Amino acid sequence: MISIKNLQASIKDKKILKGIDLEVKAGEVHAIMGPNGSGKSTLASVLAGREDYEVTGGSVEYFGEDLLDLDPEERSQKGIFLAFQYPVEIPGVSTTNFMKTAINKVRESRGEKALDAVNFLKLMKEKMKLVDIDQSLLSRSLNEGFSGGEKKRNEIFQMAMLEPKLAILDETDSGLDIDALKIVADGVNKLKSKDNATVVVTHYQRLLNYIVPDFVHILYKGKIVRSGDKNLASELEEKGYDWIKEEAALV
Amino acid sequence: MSTEEQILEELTSKEYEHGWSVDFEADETPLGINEDIIRFISAKKEEPEWLLEWRLKAFRLWQEMKEPKWVNVSYPKVEFQAIRYYSAPKQDKKPTSLNEVDPELLKTFERLGISLQEQKRLTGVAVDAVIDSVSVATTFKDKLSELGIIFCSFSEAVQEHPELVKKYIGTVVPSNDNYYAALNSAVFSDGSFCYIPKGIRCPMELSTYFRINAANTGQFERTLIIADEDSYVSYLEGCTAPMRDENQLHAAVVEIYAAKNAEVKYSTVQNWYPGDKDGKGGIYNFVTKRGICAGDHSKISWTQVETGSAITWKYPSCILKGNNSVGEFYSVAVTNNYQQADTGTKMVHIGKNTRSRIVSKGISAGKSQNSYRGQVEVIKRAENARNFSQCDSLLMGSLCGAHTFPYIDIKNKTAQVEHEATTSKIGEDQIFYCQQRGIDEETAVALIVNGFAKEVMNKLPMEFAVEAQKLLALTLEGSVG
Repeated sequence: MISIKNLQASIKDKKILKGIDLEVKAGEVHAIMGPNGSGKSTLASVLAGREDYEVTGGSVEYFGEDLLDLDPEERSQKGIFLAFQYPVEIPGVSTTNFMKTAINKVRESRGEKALDAVNFLKLMKEKMKLVDIDQSLLSRSLNEGFSGGEKKRNEIFQMAMLEPKLAILDETDSGLDIDALKIVADGVNKLKSKDNATVVVTHYQRLLNYIVPDFVHILYKGKIVRSGDKNLASELEEKGYDWIKEEAALV
Repeated sequence: MSTEEQILEELTSKEYEHGWSVDFEADETPLGINEDIIRFISAKKEEPEWLLEWRLKAFRLWQEMKEPKWVNVSYPKVEFQAIRYYSAPKQDKKPTSLNEVDPELLKTFERLGISLQEQKRLTGVAVDAVIDSVSVATTFKDKLSELGIIFCSFSEAVQEHPELVKKYIGTVVPSNDNYYAALNSAVFSDGSFCYIPKGIRCPMELSTYFRINAANTGQFERTLIIADEDSYVSYLEGCTAPMRDENQLHAAVVEIYAAKNAEVKYSTVQNWYPGDKDGKGGIYNFVTKRGICAGDHSKISWTQVETGSAITWKYPSCILKGNNSVGEFYSVAVTNNYQQADTGTKMVHIGKNTRSRIVSKGISAGKSQNSYRGQVEVIKRAENARNFSQCDSLLMGSLCGAHTFPYIDIKNKTAQVEHEATTSKIGEDQIFYCQQRGIDEETAVALIVNGFAKEVMNKLPMEFAVEAQKLLALTLEGSVG
């Protein structure tokens, strides 16, 4: 699905990603872990096409296409979804209105007709049930005055609506209590299929108790220093990040 | 300036959709202003002697007055002698029904999306169409007159209902009120007149569409709305003009009178030509709008969406004379490129327990300047007056400006006045968030701006809200990136 080769990126001349290699196939769940400042969120942002970051080397192929050549909205229209670590507030625009605009833009890009109000509402009801979100939240201004849990749940709801091929969850667990975490993880698990893939970016192992990864990669100083299966995450939880740092220092 | 060269800019430009003009034969005065011109206009309209005298008096006052300089806008001096004060599309005789109206004229309004033909009309909206200096057609007149509602052109009202015109004209906006109001009083050509009798709720929206067509022509219309006791009316006003290189002057006056328990809702979507990307051309929109809540428990509500004009200078105001009367002002003003807007309101609390509410949303993009100017005045005997003002500014890019000038003048200790103001910028992170959901940048900006202005947009009648939303998006097209 996506093939990342030697990806390098910087922000304001500061090198953050120093050669990332990663291959994700349909049906897989990958976890990217690492200490603060290792470049996890940068990787997520670069894949989504955030302009603040400059790609200085390497390549990203997505379904055979050069991903780095696409505008952020084109990437989204082609099935890449980023659940934000800090979802943005848009006053006066309800989630419902926001999603209606988004879905119809995506449909337009595929040459499909816009969803009418009836069918849109039907779709919304179905997805609301899936991620257990309340109608009243969706009528409020997007993310304005939402609690941390509400924001993250809203992200998963949007993900359910847009049915992405590749979902990237950027620190979706941060700021969540255990109940909210379960609900969010439950939503992600329900959305999983053999045709889509999920990349979970997280600092802590606890989210991975609920979203079980097929692969775990450890990112440190802009490079993937170690890859393994879900046991690597448990090992990390036990030992902390220090042994990774020590190991890296030896190289 | 030669008129030939200025006429007809290409339709193709996306920036201003209504930037075309139509060649009809026009009946017009030479350029410039003097007493003879005023006599000519008055004679053309077969006006009674008192109205001619009223005009001449206003003209003499105007000559003594100076252009206001306190406004936060700058523009070259207006050459009042280079303006044509009267231009009417020539019609062989006065049409008595729509079938007799020049088909070219009807087509003009069709292009604006306003059909004057009965069968194609929006149900529930009566339209008075004013082109250049005269009203060309008023729809649904018969249906309204069954209820005793008078809705016609101002000129017609002068002929048919002189007693009402004479009683109310200049009572809310006196002819010496300000420079442009005086000029309008001297040369006003047409406009709409509306009277709602006692106890009647007007069953449909009344709407006037103003269109400037001829070159070098100023438009000076005058609107008078009278809501008698226990009546209600919702009134809409829309405006467009062709694209021309020179600036055109629009100096209108709107007067609203609300008697006891009456309610008037006045909505404007102003889309005069704003000038091109380099600030060339565009309408100077210098307008005086004022309503008086004369009776107890009366209410006047102004809602405006201002997207057009090179310069906007406009403060729809309420004089809250009746006890327990209510004044409201909801405004969205958008400026882009080199547009300048200085707009706001004035709420004068005179009666007891009077309330006013001001919600102003300014959006500036490009190199434009957007000012809110508002005054809340509570006189000494106005017990328990209340005001709430909220002024929010949204900036796009770093070359534009937003300014707020609130004036508060309180002479009674029981008054409660609140003022809130915010300034924000459309963030790159907001736009990126939208893009990440598949929404392109232009649509994202339109979405964010409409969200910002939602509180005001919600006040617009349904028929206007959709149009206004599209207009906001269109005005800001190309203002990011």
